[in-house]
Amino acid sequence: MLGYIIRRILAVIPVMAIVAIFVFLLLRLTPGDPAAIIAGDAATPEQLERIRSSLGLSDPLHVQFLTWIKLLFQGDLGTSLISSTPVTQMIGQRIWPTINIAVLTIILSVLIAVPMGVVAAWRHRTWVDYVVMAFSVLGFSIPVFVIGYLFIQAFSIELRWFPVQGYSAPSMGFGKFLSRAILPCLTLATIYVALIARMTRASMLEVLGEDYIRTARAKGVKETIVLFRHALRNAAVPILTIIGTGFALLIGGVVVTESVFNIPGIGRLTVDAILARDYPVIQGMILLTSGIYVFINLLVDLSYTFFDPRIRY
Amino acid sequence: MVASPQPAARLQWLFGAIALPRGWRAGIGPMIAAAVLFLIVLSAFLAPLIVPHDPMSMNALQRLKGPSETYPLGTDAYGRDLLSRVVTGGRISLFIGIGAAGVSVAIGLMIGLVSGFFRTADAVIMRIMDSLMAIPSILLAIALVALNGPSIWSVMGAITIPEIPRVVRLVRSVVLSAREEPYVEAAIALGSSMPKILWRHLMPNTLAPLIVQGTYICASAILTEAILSFLGAGVSTEIPTWGNIMAEGRIYFQLKPSLIFWPGLMLSLCILSINLLGDTVRDLLDPRLKKREG
Repeated sequence: MLGYIIRRILAVIPVMAIVAIFVFLLLRLTPGDPAAIIAGDAATPEQLERIRSSLGLSDPLHVQFLTWIKLLFQGDLGTSLISSTPVTQMIGQRIWPTINIAVLTIILSVLIAVPMGVVAAWRHRTWVDYVVMAFSVLGFSIPVFVIGYLFIQAFSIELRWFPVQGYSAPSMGFGKFLSRAILPCLTLATIYVALIARMTRASMLEVLGEDYIRTARAKGVKETIVLFRHALRNAAVPILTIIGTGFALLIGGVVVTESVFNIPGIGRLTVDAILARDYPVIQGMILLTSGIYVFINLLVDLSYTFFDPRIRY
Repeated sequence: MVASPQPAARLQWLFGAIALPRGWRAGIGPMIAAAVLFLIVLSAFLAPLIVPHDPMSMNALQRLKGPSETYPLGTDAYGRDLLSRVVTGGRISLFIGIGAAGVSVAIGLMIGLVSGFFRTADAVIMRIMDSLMAIPSILLAIALVALNGPSIWSVMGAITIPEIPRVVRLVRSVVLSAREEPYVEAAIALGSSMPKILWRHLMPNTLAPLIVQGTYICASAILTEAILSFLGAGVSTEIPTWGNIMAEGRIYFQLKPSLIFWPGLMLSLCILSINLLGDTVRDLLDPRLKKREG
């Protein structure tokens, strides 16, 4: 067991190493002069030179890579080309709104999606099931920003339940935070709920056909306990997996949702960086989000044994 | 996946299954989806002939007008006809969607065949694919467009690359199980060349799941294109795409929400129909999955 945990943690290293190499080569292997690409068409020679020296683009490739990796290990993601502040500092200032929104979204999604999927599987081929399935196909098909604007139009402009846009930190009062965070969270949750509900339903359908479920019912166990203790626990592994892999969707959604709702998180930071061609920031964001994604999936993998003791390594 | 010793027969069965009335049993939903998709594709294809106005011509006197007889959906902030723009916008979006699906399936198929068949290559290839999958696809696409400029081709490339690992995984898993089939062993024993085994005996097994995967990639590529344009990292803003029309409509959202809702509706309908058709084809090709997913 311990051996498996260690091996699984070590397996993260090559993945992150390749991600790092890839992110490094992305800029360097692009056809043309990277400095000119970043600076745009109207750049002066001085600007080009500044970008080259700031990114160390005049050195041979392997020297560039070694310096870059060395700095990376010291937690240095480089310096923004626009604001000249360290990228880590910029991310540090903007990460909290994103974390708060993301955590609330995940909690909300699981609380909505899992019961939805369970009920759909329980009442298989009834209207409840069809409504859940229809919702999950719709959730996949409507772009996240369209959902965002629909919510703003309906709940903020027509019904006036929530403020239109903006963000307020939880430290400024939790109610105020919730009233501004609830729409972005619901927006982000739509696709995630669709994904998790679909998987929960499929996984539960399989488990509900098992003999031990029939046995449990036969001996008179209450239906809610059959569903949530006997069945759901056995159906948990695929659900957990989809929560982990679906996290990539969430990261993509964050970038869009923060733009729609004007939230000063790292998603907005990325969009601003793209518009300004601030490459070190984009690079740092890719590394950070890939790291988070790999970490979440590591946790998911390790949690399998907790939900399904039959899994031994 | 059931492996058939006769690739040609399998292909016939595959396309027969889609074309034949078996599909009628799938119900009315997929039929509506097919009709909607057909209309969207047809109107996009014929856009230059059927739109009432030039989607690019500006008219300062007609800015942000409501629906009227001349402008059925009203006009945008530059006085351009919204209906003409939404219909024309489908051209680029669909082109990018279909292109990205085709290219990523083709490249993923090649890499997946090699990876599934050669164990030494497999270890290296799968490591790289796992790492590529760890990078959130939107961010990767954004970075690629930021570096390569906002042309249609660079956007298509940026959407294609993050999809490749998913295709590789699928092809590889099919090849891994098909490789053990007696007819593959027989082909090896007969001394068939490696390319021939890969192409004639293993590749046909991957076609059915690839067609399904291709439709999902097409839907997600259209969605990603819209997101990229919306964020300002897509096709250059002069070209009307669904994403670009919505991106421009953002500023006037409170004034005129229809600038976002019409292109958003077309986009959603298009993706919804592609997804529904993909589900239908999947159920037709693999009834076991249907049983599982309902």
